[in-house]
This record gives sequence, structure tokens and C-alpha cells, in this order.
Amino acid sequence: MRQPDGSSALLTTRLEAMLAWARKNSLWPLPFGTACCAIEFMSTVSSHYDLARFGAEVVRFSPRQSDMMIVAGTITDKMAPVVKRIYDQMAEPKYVVSMGACACTGGFYRAYHVVQGVDEFIPVDVYVPGCPPTPEALIGGILKLQELIQSGETQYDRLKS
Amino acid sequence: MTVSNPDTATPNPLARFIPGSEDLKVITAADGFTEITADRSRLIGVLRVLRDRPELDCNLLLDVCGVDYPMNEHRFEVVYHLTSLAKGHRIRVRVPVDEDDPRVPTASGIWKAADWFERETWDLMGIRFDGHPNLRRILTHEAFQGHALRKDYDPEKRWVLTEAETFVPDWVTEPDEEEDFETQIINIGPSHPATHGTLRIVARLDGEIITRAECEIGYLHRCFEKMSETHSWSEVIPYTDRLNYCSSMINGVGYALAVEHMLGIEAPPRAQVVRVILSEFSRIMDHAVCLGAALVDVGALTNFWYFFQPREEIYTLLESCAGGRLTVSYARIGGLAHEVPADFEDQVRYLLGYIPKFVDDVDKLVSTNRIFRGRTEGIGALSAEEALAWGWTGPCLRACGVPYDLRRARPYLGYENYDFDIPVASTGDSYARYLVRLEEMRQSLRIIEQAIDNLPDGPVITDNHHAALPPKSKVYTEMEALIWHFKLIYEGIKVPAGSAYLATEGANGELGYYVVSDGGGKPYRIKVRPPCFAIFQAYPHLLEGHLVPDAIAILSSLNIIAGELDR
Repeated sequence: MRQPDGSSALLTTRLEAMLAWARKNSLWPLPFGTACCAIEFMSTVSSHYDLARFGAEVVRFSPRQSDMMIVAGTITDKMAPVVKRIYDQMAEPKYVVSMGACACTGGFYRAYHVVQGVDEFIPVDVYVPGCPPTPEALIGGILKLQELIQSGETQYDRLKS
Repeated sequence: MTVSNPDTATPNPLARFIPGSEDLKVITAADGFTEITADRSRLIGVLRVLRDRPELDCNLLLDVCGVDYPMNEHRFEVVYHLTSLAKGHRIRVRVPVDEDDPRVPTASGIWKAADWFERETWDLMGIRFDGHPNLRRILTHEAFQGHALRKDYDPEKRWVLTEAETFVPDWVTEPDEEEDFETQIINIGPSHPATHGTLRIVARLDGEIITRAECEIGYLHRCFEKMSETHSWSEVIPYTDRLNYCSSMINGVGYALAVEHMLGIEAPPRAQVVRVILSEFSRIMDHAVCLGAALVDVGALTNFWYFFQPREEIYTLLESCAGGRLTVSYARIGGLAHEVPADFEDQVRYLLGYIPKFVDDVDKLVSTNRIFRGRTEGIGALSAEEALAWGWTGPCLRACGVPYDLRRARPYLGYENYDFDIPVASTGDSYARYLVRLEEMRQSLRIIEQAIDNLPDGPVITDNHHAALPPKSKVYTEMEALIWHFKLIYEGIKVPAGSAYLATEGANGELGYYVVSDGGGKPYRIKVRPPCFAIFQAYPHLLEGHLVPDAIAILSSLNIIAGELDR
């Protein structure tokens, strides 16, 4: 690091901390959008709320290119194997944000064809409440995930250790 | 249990055409439908006459559904809703079916639209349709057991699906007859950016040309109809928001109108005008999502971001009225949840000045763009006759040249008092659908402009306390108001026994609610007639002979909203 007077200085840190810092600021979301929440996800990434401010605007629909799955919307029993498969295809480290009441708990669909929370079959890092959550709430959830990544407390870190 | 309103007997329209049909029970129901009760041996004859005789001319099959009455002699009833666009009349055919032999002949040979509606009735109600070409489950998954909308099915009983059980059409493994060139099968979705949600398409390609395709839906089947049977009449409103979540206000208003009709009440004039204003703004938003997404799919990403700006402004208006941005739950049975904010008129006038620029800019950018026209003109075209046979309504039908709009054909909420045009195109292709939607946004602005100029004063909810809660100020001071409040909260609204089908012009077409009440505090059965459902079942047919990139352009021009499609 170059100082104002032209001399050099060293910045020391642990490798994990630096990697975490890099990861948390370049999350590539995979929007697993199924329903109403996907519309609010679109609002979050588009011009008005601009998720790019938090380094997470590179939306990738291929699981192999993304590291943050945002489950936005109701997951039904018919869809569940697909979600699981997409999650399994993501490269590690990978994180899951459960956006909205349906993805968190099934919401007000306590019904014969609705999964009562995606954590039935994939590990979830952050639950964002709301039906649908406002873009501010989703951004809040992503900031929370960044904190977890920096402190090494994500589900991925737990499963690894 | 009987489910007839105090209706009037009416002359049998079929007596002239079907020998021996004089004994059919025919009544005029309170919702304006001519209601014919026929047994299943006569069903096909009755339906054919209804479609083919020029005097009856029922060219549009709106809906097929089943209702379960376990206490009746004939346990099930299959209900057909038909309409004639030329004559304007509407006909309901009811067919009683026994529990031990739940079969009726298929109507899919008469109207193509019957295909998916009958599959849904089989899936959820367990009624077989003899002669149906592809009678398998449509909304629930392959491993599902039982029929969910039967009254004896536990609403919470789930069945787990494993990956090995997911559906693959039979023809995928069959050898192709004309196989002299490379044929391959591709699968698109249900998790694919171009499916805008949760649709799945399996297509067979000959070189690059799609020769056969099949859709699989139900990936967002959230059991709306079963959920509504377990909630009170007013608790259903938040569920309706999540049908077509791009224009949730329209769904809630449509539902409220259906229940208000059953109750015999009407919302106060101010509530009606506010409903019109917010519904039209919702239509603009819905079209903006559709056009934005359609343009992304042909490579014009800028327009998508650009259309988000007016949408955010409309969200701000909805939020200030209802508290929610997307799923507003603002309509109530008998009016609106509460008064609009003090600056409502200013906000609406601001939007009226703000939105046209966005519509005009996109128009200028895209409408004459050669790449866009090349990708959409002549792509996914359907003739007017075909579109009607498939049960299309809304902008997609109007793009085929049929000027059918419920706001004009069967006005509600005082739409007859507004001056607006119904945009119609003639080619029926993706480009025509784009043009119709773009022009409808301008027409919606015209309606809003007239509505806001004539916004009456007064209450926004009826003072009929069988339907609406009394104002809180009275609840704390008057005994009677307190009792009404108590009764409505504990028992819910009591809707008189009967049934009605009421439809409004949703952003995608005719959004109908067939509502059955047994007089209790909860709906006995609610069947939604989702416009997307009829439109999407023609999609495999539209694909044949097109390229895979065209399939994407066609899909986005149809504006399939999974929440409404799968419910």
C-alpha cells in the first residue's frame, strides 16, 4: 500500500479474512424466482434500488456461475426436486437467502402442494420476512449475509468445519 | 344442499334444436347466465348445439370446473361456462355426476380450450373425461395421491416428489416417423430465465425447427382454491392478490365484485372510481412488466430498466393508499379498506404527466426497430377463430382482431361512462400483441384522467354492516356497532347460499370468479377462470415450425403469470 508521502506500507491480515472480504463484496446472485417475490427482486436489482451498490448485481441464471441463491417465491412440492438440484450444482462456497414468507415457512399457504420452508431440503443462511419483502428488506438480508460471510458463520462455513 | 339463487324459469333455448329436450331444467340465474341442467348422456349434444346453431353461437368456452357436494344425491357437478361474443349472452351448463362413476364425455373435440380445463377438473376433483386425448394430472405432481378439491381431502396433506418421478412426455422416447435427419429433444425450464417463473417446455427439434412441444405447468400450484375454502370470505382477498401479482388490485376488485353481487350490495361511488383508477394503474404496470420482459428476451435490455421507473412511481402511489407495494389487499367486500391519502389526487395527476413520456420513448425506440420487428412480426401468429377456440381473451385476443373487452362488453364499476378505445390489431403475432399492450397503456391513462376529474366525495365502504365493519369511532361509542363488529370478526360475512360467475377485464383477459356459497361464513367453492391458463395451452401449438429463439419471443409476448396460471 502506497502512503501519501510515497513510502510503502504493509497491510497484514489472515487469508480467510481477505477471502471473506472478497467474497462478500462480489456475491453473484442466482435468482430462483417463482412468484411475487421475484417481481420485488427485479425491483431490487433495477435502477431505483440498484443492488450494484452492494456488489451483487451480476445476476446469473446458471448455478455454476453464481454463489448466492435467492429463493424468491413459493416453492411447491413439484418444484422442490428442481431447487435441490440447482443448489447441488452450485460451486462452493455457496449461500442461500430465503426471500419472503413462502420460502421461509410456506407463508399463508399451509396447503397440500406447498413446501413449508425451503430449509426442509437446503441449508438457509438468511431469512428475509415479508410478503413480499420490500427491496429495502432484501438489501438488508444481503447485508446480513455479508456480515455472516465476514465472520465465518454461514451454513457453508459450518458444514465445512 | 341447493345452490340456486331465487332465479326465474325461462324458455328453453334448446327446445327448438334438440328433440326431447323440453324437459331440461332451464333458468335465468341472478348473475345473468342462462343455466341449463343436463345429464351426461345429453351433454355433448347440448354443447354442440350451443356452439353450432347461429342463434346460440357460443364460440367461447370460458371455463370448466367441478364442484363437490358430498350431501347430495349426485355428489359432483361439472359446470361449463360459455359465452357468445356476437350475441353477448352467457350460458352455464351444469352436469350432475355420481360418486361411484365419476365420468363425463370430453368437450375437447368441440372447443380446444376444454383440454386443460378438463385435465384440471380430473386432477383436483377426480372426474374422468371420456375420450380426452391426454387426461393426466396438470397442476399437482406425478406422485400426488387423491384429488385435492374434494371436500374429504385434508388441506394440509402433502405428498413428496422425488427427482426420479418428474414428468417426461411419452413421445420423447417414441421414434419419430420421418426420422431421416437429426432429431433432438430439448427441455426448457422450470428454472430458466426465459420462462419468467415456473413453466416447463419439452420440445422436439428437427434441425433447428420445433416439430412438437408440450408444456408442463403446476410448479406454482399454491392451492388457492382449497385455501379459500378454509378462510372466511374477507380473508380470501390477500390470496387473490397473489394470483396475477403484477396487477394485484384488479384481482381483488374482481373478487369483491363477485361477492358483492352475491350479497346484493354495491360499493359507494367514490370507492368505485378509486377502484377504476388503481385497477388501470395496475394494468399499466402489468403491461410494463410484460413489455419490458418481452424486450429483454429479444435483446433490448434497456427498456426493461426504463419501464421500472414509472412502475416504481405507481408502487409509491399504491403504497401510500394501501401500505403494500405489490400485493396491496386494498379492495374490501363493499368498498375499500380505508380512505385514500389526502394527496391522492395530486399523486394521480403527477403520474398522468409522468408516465406518457416512458410509453412514448419505448414506442419510438422499439416499434420501428428493424431487429425487433424481424424477431416478432409473423412469429407466433394465430387467427381469430383459432384464438377463440383456444379460449383466448384480453390483449392476446385483441391482437388477433377481436375487439372483445369486458369493460365494454359487460361494463362494471361504471366503465360505460368512460370514453376510451379498444386497441385491436389484425395479424395476431407477437408484434401485434406488443402494439396492443402499448396502446392499452395509453388508453388506461385516458380512463384515469376522466376518473380523477370526476372523483366523487363520500365514504369508500358501504354502510351495510352485514358486509363491512362499522367505523371504529362508532364501535367504541355505540352498542349496535360493537355487536356488528363482534359478529363480523367472529363469524365473518354470511353470504346467501347460491352461486355466481362474475368476470372483470384483467390485464391478461377475462378474469372470472365462479363463487359458490352454502350460506356459511366461508366460501363453499371458488373457481378462478385465469386468462393465462387458456392462453398458455395454445403455446405448444404456436411453437410448431418456429425456431427455439422464437419460442422465447412468443412466450414473453403472451405474458404468462405463473401465480394466475397455476393458482
